[in-house]
Amino acid sequence: MANRISDETIEYVGILAKLELSDQEKEAAKADMEKMLDYIDTLNELDTSGIEPMSHVFQVSNVFREDVVTNGDNREEILANAPQRKDDCFKVPRTIG
Amino acid sequence: MDILGLTALELGEKIQKREISAREAAEAALAQAQLAEPVINSYVTLDPEGALKQADEIQKMIDAGDLSSPLAGVPVAVKDNMCIRDKLTTCSSKILSNFKPAYTAEAVRNLQKAGMVILGKTNMDEFAMGSTTETSYYGPTKNPHDTAHVPGGSSGGSCAAVAAQECFGALGSDTGGSIRQPSSFCGVVGMKPTYGTVSRYGLIAYGSSLDQIGPVTKDVADCAAFLEAVASYDAKDSTSIRRDDYRFCEALTDDVKGMKIGIPRDYMGEGLDSEVREAVMAAAKVLEEKGAVIEEFDLGLVKYAIPAYYTIASAEASSNLERFDGVKYGYRTAEYEELHNMYKKTRSEGFGAEVKRRIMLGSFVLSSGYYDAYYLKALRVKALIKKAFDSAFEKYDMILGPAAPTTAPELGKSLSDPLKMYLGDIYTISVNLAGLPGMSVPVGKDSRGLPVGMQLIGNVFQEKKLLRAAYAYECATGKQFEQPAQIKTACGNSAGENRVENVQADTAKEAHQV
Repeated sequence: MANRISDETIEYVGILAKLELSDQEKEAAKADMEKMLDYIDTLNELDTSGIEPMSHVFQVSNVFREDVVTNGDNREEILANAPQRKDDCFKVPRTIG
Repeated sequence: MDILGLTALELGEKIQKREISAREAAEAALAQAQLAEPVINSYVTLDPEGALKQADEIQKMIDAGDLSSPLAGVPVAVKDNMCIRDKLTTCSSKILSNFKPAYTAEAVRNLQKAGMVILGKTNMDEFAMGSTTETSYYGPTKNPHDTAHVPGGSSGGSCAAVAAQECFGALGSDTGGSIRQPSSFCGVVGMKPTYGTVSRYGLIAYGSSLDQIGPVTKDVADCAAFLEAVASYDAKDSTSIRRDDYRFCEALTDDVKGMKIGIPRDYMGEGLDSEVREAVMAAAKVLEEKGAVIEEFDLGLVKYAIPAYYTIASAEASSNLERFDGVKYGYRTAEYEELHNMYKKTRSEGFGAEVKRRIMLGSFVLSSGYYDAYYLKALRVKALIKKAFDSAFEKYDMILGPAAPTTAPELGKSLSDPLKMYLGDIYTISVNLAGLPGMSVPVGKDSRGLPVGMQLIGNVFQEKKLLRAAYAYECATGKQFEQPAQIKTACGNSAGENRVENVQADTAKEAHQV
């Protein structure tokens, strides 16, 4: 089965991925994705009915611990990485009109 | 004294005996790095000043009798996807080109506790996505055995640095083979431990259910010692496992009598380079002569591991890499209109092509309407692959095969066809899906002088069996395939310790470091 990725789909995936692609990049992404999905489709040769999806190889359950503060105040260190800051805040573009 | 020729444990012993100081060791490694870096480019960031400061502090502790760990004072390198407080941590990406973490990864803290001196951060494929270290924003790393070839990836910088004697051991990370494959290509020993053995706290995530930190070293004893130093239970990593036994060095006995080793026929057939096959079969023969029982068997499902992996890893990557949005750290685009435009432009300019490809694929397989058909299907196949390994380990102590189908490809030959590059992961990838330990051990060279690695795969928590078999192999062969690289440049010149051909340094890296 050959997968076909429409313009709408690549547009939608771009929104999900928060990526802005040029027209040329979109065409390349379509071709890449079609090829990969064709390849991934080989998994359909396997009968997996009755098999539970395995997200972790070990039985994992929630790991709880007491909510105790162990780190000190490193506000300055953290804000030092901010692309833009205003006083003690991260500065971002206006989010509401 | 030839400091560079020592293994990490040999050096550590001489440091404890005061025959070599921690500073002398750091200076020797830094001098070698200065010679090799213009050609090899193992490091994104080399930190001579910080390294010498650490060395002096560690020496004081050794002299005061407060530090007697076997690796104290040994200069090492760390892959650039592990956070070190106040040190540039880039993941070889533009988007983290100015990121200095406020905390240190647990695995790195363990190195520090053992008294190791961290020389710098090694180059990698961007966000560990790639098999050649060519997707790095800071230029590719070259294979020290032949600089016209790649070192493999994604931990190519760590493996090249060890092979070129630019450090005495390094940490890598392995999501689909990223320690074992470059170890094979660079002729060094590399291990991916059982999932959960080394804390992922502070490791910048790619595929969280698959990522595992592990050692890259000159020989098997060093591998055991490094693993012993970095493995720990960590409450800060919810998938961390408390193991009963962390004494990996105890496994170093020269005895494989009666050990049952299975060679999957599906690993030795079509697609495997004949020189690699010969070297791996010769290594199996060595173990057989030492009393191991070698058998061929059918593992099954091998060809389904790659499509399952790329579905799961891309899905996890698309989610993990959402955090890079130009708000709290890293690169932010220069011009933007509003918030969403800022996100999109930042990410589009900050990520490279391979990272974008995987984020797009991951976003697609997780999207409504495709989630069941792709993502859940892949997780079901993962369960089948785990079962195939479970039945193999009912019969065998370990599985033996190649780490990669070929030796290191030439630079510039891999990225144009991603699917073809992904196929090179065929022998390593299922080990991550099943959470198993695997290691690569040098077992030969091809006719061009490029190293070949043998991969040993164990059942969960069976690192000691792998170390024992690898150690026995090493004893039988006198470490003949673990010799350091004589740096050979693309022009065919051999650059000795005193002269390295001055190849033009990568401009992106220079611009970034100035």
